[in-house]
Amino acid sequence: MAQKYRLPEGGRVDRSQPLRFTFDGKSYEGFAGDTLASAMMANGLRLVGRSFKYHRPRGIITSGVDEPNALVDLYSGTSKHEADARTTMAELVDGMDAKSINNYPLLKYDVGAVNSIFSKFFVSGFYYKTFMWPKAAWLKLYEPFIRKAAGLGTAPTVPDTDHYEKHYGYCDVLIIGAGPAGLAAARQAARSNARVWVVDDQPELGGHLLTRSATIDGKDSDAWIAEVRAELEAAPNVTLKTRAQAISYFDMNYVAIWEKVTNHMANPPANMPRERLYRVRAGQVIIASGSHERPLVFADNDRPGVMLAGAAETYVKRYGVKPGKRAVAMVNNDYAYGSILALLDAGIEVPLVCDLRQEPDGALTQAVKDRGVPIRAGHAIVAIKGKNSVRGVKVAALSEDGKALAEGEKPASQACDLVVHSAGWTPAVHAHCMARGKLAWSDDMSCFLPSEGSDANPNVSAGNCAGQMDLASVLTSGHEAAGQVLEALGMPANNAPAAPTADPEAASSTRILWIVPGEKELGYGSAKHFIDFQNDSTAFDVQLAVREGMHSIEHVKRYTTTGMATDQGKLANLNAIGIVSEALDVAPEKVGTTTYRLPYTPTTFGVIAGRDIDELLDPARTTAMHPWHEDNGAVYEDVGQWKRPWYFPKKGESMHKAVLRECAAVREDVGILDASTLGKIVVKGPDAGAFLDLVYTNKFSSLKPGKCRYGLMLNEDGMILDDGVTSRISDDEFYMTTTTGNAAPVLDHLEEYLQTEWPHMQVYLTSVTEQWATATIAGPKARDLLAEICSDVDLSAEAFEFMSWREGTVADCPARIFRISFTGDVSYEINVPSDYGLHLWNTLMQVGRKYGITPYGTETMHVLRAEKGFIIVGQETDGSVMPFDLDMNWIVSKKKGDFIGRRSLYRSDMSKPDRKQLVGIKTVDPSVVLEEGAQLVRELKAQPPMDMVGHVTSSYMSPACGRSIALGIVKGGLAAKGETLYSPQPDGKVIEVVTCSPVFFDPEGSRQNG
Amino acid sequence: MLLIDCPHCGPRNESEFHYGDQAHIARPENSESMSDQEWAEYVYLRENPKGLFRERWVHSAGCGRWFNAVRDTVSSRIVATYKQGEEAPISAEEEGGLL
Ligand SMILES: [Zn+2]
Repeated sequence: MAQKYRLPEGGRVDRSQPLRFTFDGKSYEGFAGDTLASAMMANGLRLVGRSFKYHRPRGIITSGVDEPNALVDLYSGTSKHEADARTTMAELVDGMDAKSINNYPLLKYDVGAVNSIFSKFFVSGFYYKTFMWPKAAWLKLYEPFIRKAAGLGTAPTVPDTDHYEKHYGYCDVLIIGAGPAGLAAARQAARSNARVWVVDDQPELGGHLLTRSATIDGKDSDAWIAEVRAELEAAPNVTLKTRAQAISYFDMNYVAIWEKVTNHMANPPANMPRERLYRVRAGQVIIASGSHERPLVFADNDRPGVMLAGAAETYVKRYGVKPGKRAVAMVNNDYAYGSILALLDAGIEVPLVCDLRQEPDGALTQAVKDRGVPIRAGHAIVAIKGKNSVRGVKVAALSEDGKALAEGEKPASQACDLVVHSAGWTPAVHAHCMARGKLAWSDDMSCFLPSEGSDANPNVSAGNCAGQMDLASVLTSGHEAAGQVLEALGMPANNAPAAPTADPEAASSTRILWIVPGEKELGYGSAKHFIDFQNDSTAFDVQLAVREGMHSIEHVKRYTTTGMATDQGKLANLNAIGIVSEALDVAPEKVGTTTYRLPYTPTTFGVIAGRDIDELLDPARTTAMHPWHEDNGAVYEDVGQWKRPWYFPKKGESMHKAVLRECAAVREDVGILDASTLGKIVVKGPDAGAFLDLVYTNKFSSLKPGKCRYGLMLNEDGMILDDGVTSRISDDEFYMTTTTGNAAPVLDHLEEYLQTEWPHMQVYLTSVTEQWATATIAGPKARDLLAEICSDVDLSAEAFEFMSWREGTVADCPARIFRISFTGDVSYEINVPSDYGLHLWNTLMQVGRKYGITPYGTETMHVLRAEKGFIIVGQETDGSVMPFDLDMNWIVSKKKGDFIGRRSLYRSDMSKPDRKQLVGIKTVDPSVVLEEGAQLVRELKAQPPMDMVGHVTSSYMSPACGRSIALGIVKGGLAAKGETLYSPQPDGKVIEVVTCSPVFFDPEGSRQNG
Repeated sequence: MLLIDCPHCGPRNESEFHYGDQAHIARPENSESMSDQEWAEYVYLRENPKGLFRERWVHSAGCGRWFNAVRDTVSSRIVATYKQGEEAPISAEEEGGLL
């Protein structure tokens, strides 16, 4: 029969709108207004998942954001796939497809449950203790085992095609939570001139009033909520967001709010995002986030059919569903009797209530008693019968101190299919704590309450989360919180309403028993007292952790994994603190809490990413010549955000072959490289030369216009920051180039010194990287080629020397030609305004055909420069390399005055003989190419560990040298050139190498100067 | 996400800025005559007080200018921001002590 646990009437579901859904492939029916959890419950589905460690069968425990067990995968295998969705938070949608998780092959017969049988071995610190030794077993045995056993839902297999939005919001007052406290605050704030935001995670306003209705201002709470809602919706200064969860609270009242926009729609309009992330900066925040009901820690309190009393009440009252037919309750407070009354009203049989209190008191307790339900004072549920579903309980009287069964007590059995329990309510202080607020322990309420706030985050907590538990004081505290923040803002309410009123509740007692004893002592027998229902940590685990020396709650958390599950300890943490405090015999205040981490609840990656995906997250920068590269089959290398051609393979050509061909073309004919990505900075002003003298190790103020100079730039610690060629354009203008990846950091570095250390200098810095396109032609025929398309510059070696530049016309474009070389061959870097870049490239390719022009990419560039021993910053250097380490003393001026990093070069550490220094490396077998990053040792031993004295930084097969070549940094390498070193390989083989000069090709430089 | 009041542009989100550590430390002009120890202290060591701290920020994604701020390192509240070359609106005694 469909929905056999649905009540004939009542609840807030719409019985006229039936919705279909599937769970593990079987089809069921629910109603609009259901959550997936309530719809599953209406169909009698109790076993909804299995736990993380023991794979114990699990059911629904809560009705909200704190649910640890009832998680499912939604829409598996589709673009809407959502892993580990909480059924209690998922609004039922027609066609919803849910799948149970963490079980294989079938929910009812789970093979992982064998862990349950071996649970003796799964105690605290199990992972640390068991999987330590032997090492070899880790890879083969333990790791695959954990991988298979662990994990919850499955990862999506297809891309998410929905879109997600981000939105900034600004307001004077942000109200988190629209329960009675939040609504009382909102009503008053709405009547001020303040801009007000009100957010709540539920589709309906009202919070706990949706579960337990009441009389407010003399009317039914439903009517009161409707009235407030109408007023908020009509107020132009109020933004009201439902289905919107405040997930994170950052400094200076910056709050992230996750709104589910169309998740609840079966056919959402295509233009609407699935979810949205609001980032709201608020002047003042009112935190009205309520509280979570606390579980009692008793034997087998995890069996399907055991749930929190308040949750059971919610299923009955809000969703019109019966969580069972016959319920036994165990409580320690009067409020929970309200839940029992709800069960009775729904026709659920309640044969008995165990009350941990010796003398149960309170109005609701009395009301249950008046209905003829037997209340057993000082009694507890000491055992649960049934595995996949509760079949009954055993009840016994407790000893005076509540730590054991009463002397000679024989537990009595009671059949039931539902157990509801409550240890009271824990204020949800998460937002207060994320906002750097402090907590204080309340002995009266046995929980932590907000105390001091942070002056960086002006906020006020109101209602349950501030420790106000009865409705009358909840309403008053919300109202007063609004008054307080409006006053702080200087925006009092016009025509302020009176505080809403409700009947005050008479005080009643509670009794805290952190652990409810079972039939056997903790740790004996098969019963388990769970604290964390998802991570399967038990009261015994926590006690054991304390005995083994974990006295800090942070250590206990990590050792036992308590509170580390996806519910982040919403149910577990306070019980863990209570048990630790008892085990250590210190006050809970001394135990303290673990850090309340953001986000408050698991959040989808989709909403965190928003539109910042693919090219909008990481845009690709392309040069003016990019269309040609595209048309001619370039393979790219990403350098920063730039797409740089890596090599240009001919059809069917391997990378190795392509690079050999490109290298040969440069050495024999002419090659062409797109060098547009180099960083370019104009340094201009009367003090430009003096400024460059301060930022480079060598002198630039003496450079003549028309000349170029290689420069090395250091950080203040003496380590190499960047290198590049800078040319003098005129007396007051220089044109600086930086490495491709360093353009922005170098500009920042220069700006910082210019603004903060030398503000008196008249210098302007302008990035012109995007303004110029650069084609570099290199090789013996480069000059002849250039001469064909440039007639207004004398290109002869005498008139246009190496390391100088000329202004002229190339391919009919205005151009700056720099005669510099990163290849060791004659080379011209032709710069034209970017818009002419493609034209220049096309012309060079066309005219160059008869010279055998060959485009080459960054790989060939690297080989050619390595043949010459030219370093690449970031490859030969790593932030710990200074000029002397590279044998570059020649570039460090001794004569000129100060420069950035100068003093550091003369610290005693810098002259230590065992610094790592740049050397060339030749393998004894010339055909062997070392791997970049390979470690080098001087003394070879039979097996590791060996003293590593350096590593390979660059390594290639060099066609010009006819052998492999490499660069590396080696301890004391400069003085020991010619020594034999070894590179032990992972497979046990050893490559023998000899160090040498890093310049492998044309050491005299006759080719580049010619 | 701090809200930082750039003295040139006004209040902007922290994501537009970069941090520059302790303010008002001039680069020594006499580094030649400084001992290794003194130089290392200039390069590597900065105060890390609990309380008010004068520090540098740069509005990288805005005007690009460096300026100074006084921030309470306990709460991260920014007490004041001021332009380069201006005096911090706190005394030396207040630095490192909560107001
Ligand atoms: Zn600015």
